[in-house]
Amino acid sequence: MREVASSLLILAVAMNFLALGSSNLRACIRAAALQGFFVSVFPLFFSPEPSARLVGLVIVAGIVKAFVIPGMLVKALREVHIQHEMEPYLGLVPSVLLLAVGTGGAALFAGRLPLTPSHRDLLVVPVALATLFAGFLLLTTRRKAISQVTGYLILENGIFVFAQLLHEAMPTLVEVGVLLDLLVGIFVMGIVMNHIQREFGSLDTERLSELRD
Amino acid sequence: MLLLGLILLPLFGALAAFATRSARVRPLVVAGIALLHLGGVLAVRTGDSSLGGWFAADALGHLILVVVSVLFTLCALYGVEYLRIRSERPNLVFCVCLLTFLSMTTAISVAQHLAVVWVAVEGATLSTAVLIYFNHNARSLEAAWKYLMIGSVGIALALLGSLFVAYAALSGASGDESLLFASLLEHAGGLSRPWLRAGFVLLVVGYGTKMGLAPMHTWKPDAYGEAPGIIGALLAGGMTNCAFLALLRVYRVMQAAGEGAFARELFIGFGLVSMAVAAAFMAGQRDFKRMLAYSSVEHMGILVIGIGVGGLAVVGALLHVINNALTKVVLFLSAGNIHRAYGSKSIDKVSGALRRVPLSGALFLAGFLAITGSPPFGPFISEFTILSGAMTGGHFVVAALFLVFLVIIFIGMGATVLAVVQGPVSPAGATTDFQDSFWKVAPMLAALTMVVVMGVWIPDAVYDLVVTAARTLEGAS
Repeated sequence: MREVASSLLILAVAMNFLALGSSNLRACIRAAALQGFFVSVFPLFFSPEPSARLVGLVIVAGIVKAFVIPGMLVKALREVHIQHEMEPYLGLVPSVLLLAVGTGGAALFAGRLPLTPSHRDLLVVPVALATLFAGFLLLTTRRKAISQVTGYLILENGIFVFAQLLHEAMPTLVEVGVLLDLLVGIFVMGIVMNHIQREFGSLDTERLSELRD
Repeated sequence: MLLLGLILLPLFGALAAFATRSARVRPLVVAGIALLHLGGVLAVRTGDSSLGGWFAADALGHLILVVVSVLFTLCALYGVEYLRIRSERPNLVFCVCLLTFLSMTTAISVAQHLAVVWVAVEGATLSTAVLIYFNHNARSLEAAWKYLMIGSVGIALALLGSLFVAYAALSGASGDESLLFASLLEHAGGLSRPWLRAGFVLLVVGYGTKMGLAPMHTWKPDAYGEAPGIIGALLAGGMTNCAFLALLRVYRVMQAAGEGAFARELFIGFGLVSMAVAAAFMAGQRDFKRMLAYSSVEHMGILVIGIGVGGLAVVGALLHVINNALTKVVLFLSAGNIHRAYGSKSIDKVSGALRRVPLSGALFLAGFLAITGSPPFGPFISEFTILSGAMTGGHFVVAALFLVFLVIIFIGMGATVLAVVQGPVSPAGATTDFQDSFWKVAPMLAALTMVVVMGVWIPDAVYDLVVTAARTLEGAS
């Protein structure tokens, strides 16, 4: 079972590269959605004996991360008639190279962390850190509001992976609360994006530069 | 059950506000719920708990709960009049989000579970993002977007930090997995040190973003500058103090684990940087609402310095939580009134506020004197206590820098404030027919009265609460 879990995590890491390497916004969102699916399903194979609670979490997380949120983003994309990320602050190739370095760094760093014996030799921590880094890169180096929101989604996927180490310790209410916060958060971001589009006629956050000292 | 009721009451209030069709009645619903909430909070006794210990009013949480409730009530009373003069804007979403904010900040105050705190902080963040966008123009949109983005990254780091602390419990010697603070404190000695340290750093950055500590403060000038004054007051006195409380709760765990010294150094570092940034940006600030944002950065810095220095300064910092929140009500609401009276918040266009809106102008001036630590106002006592705590604790360099920054900030802030209140009324003052009235001023007067009381004679009940709370923070030091 653990092999399946590892494969899912590797696929999740691959999605980081896909999301960061494509200038097509729809492809970027699709990569984030697929990643959401992989990270939501992986706890089923990671946990030695999946409980009903875990299955419930997997279903809810899968629906939110792989369908509802990407759906909202694609809908937003359709409304604004844009397809490509133009002139990111950091070019596509350099950002993919940076991600490769960061992913390697995450693997090295995770090896030095004091993990419990049952968590050693697992990909969970390096994958979580690498995904966090990918989300952060997307969030900071892209101009389009929609890319930034996708970055936030990927960042949350990274945290979700790490959180699976602690599934037993987390009350159900908290796990549902975290997912609900993510959903509402992206919903609010979507509304604000909609208003940005209407106000500025573009989703380019470069236009948001009036406030300064 | 009282605590659970205090969290649920504003949520039901939000539903009631949502169901209220009249835009004129809705703000009254908010004010009514605020008064009920305050009544309930005054009935809370330290040690009350709900839901099997998930929510409990320890001294520290009790203190923040009272501050939040008083602050919210004052703002809600002002809000009735404010929303009446802003009747051109729909207020449905605004009122619902205000009450959601009250519910979430109440939950943060009394939550005793590491992850529940996080969920509530995130909830409060999202509701305030909507509140910042009240004016629905390009500038407030930009401010709300930046607040959302910076805040979301901060909050994501705080979640990761919480998970690291949880992992410290899981992989530590104790093997106890509960994330209730009481249990973390009990087993602190067995927590895995590297995970705990890493988690704490992430939490300081994450919740520090919510507090607006420099260099994570960049959302603050935009948000405070573009949001209505009432929201500025709620953010500067409510949201930031709640994030501070979240940090203090983890700090206690650090102390119990023997990592207190590491945490205190971090606090002092962030505190001094915050004061320095505030001093640098306050000088020559032409927008008086942005100026207040930097003042908030400064005072968050003062709070963490107080905790970092330890000893007597902890009492000073907790007193300062109260004083800063109340003074911020005076400053933000009077700044909002002046903004309304002139249709501008730049000192290039605003002068003579003492003549144009005499009460608001005078309160703005008094608020400035109070927040910069002049006697007989409360912040003088709390800042002085922190300073003497630093001196007696042997932190002479910190004390010296603290004083230097206070002086620079006094001069920088004074230049802007005096330009606003003094002189003849500028032409912009004739462009609106805004006038001071009872409900536009009374909440500020009430806050200022409390600030003066805190400066000359701290009520016993308040002092006892502060000292009890401070004792829980000094435990191991």
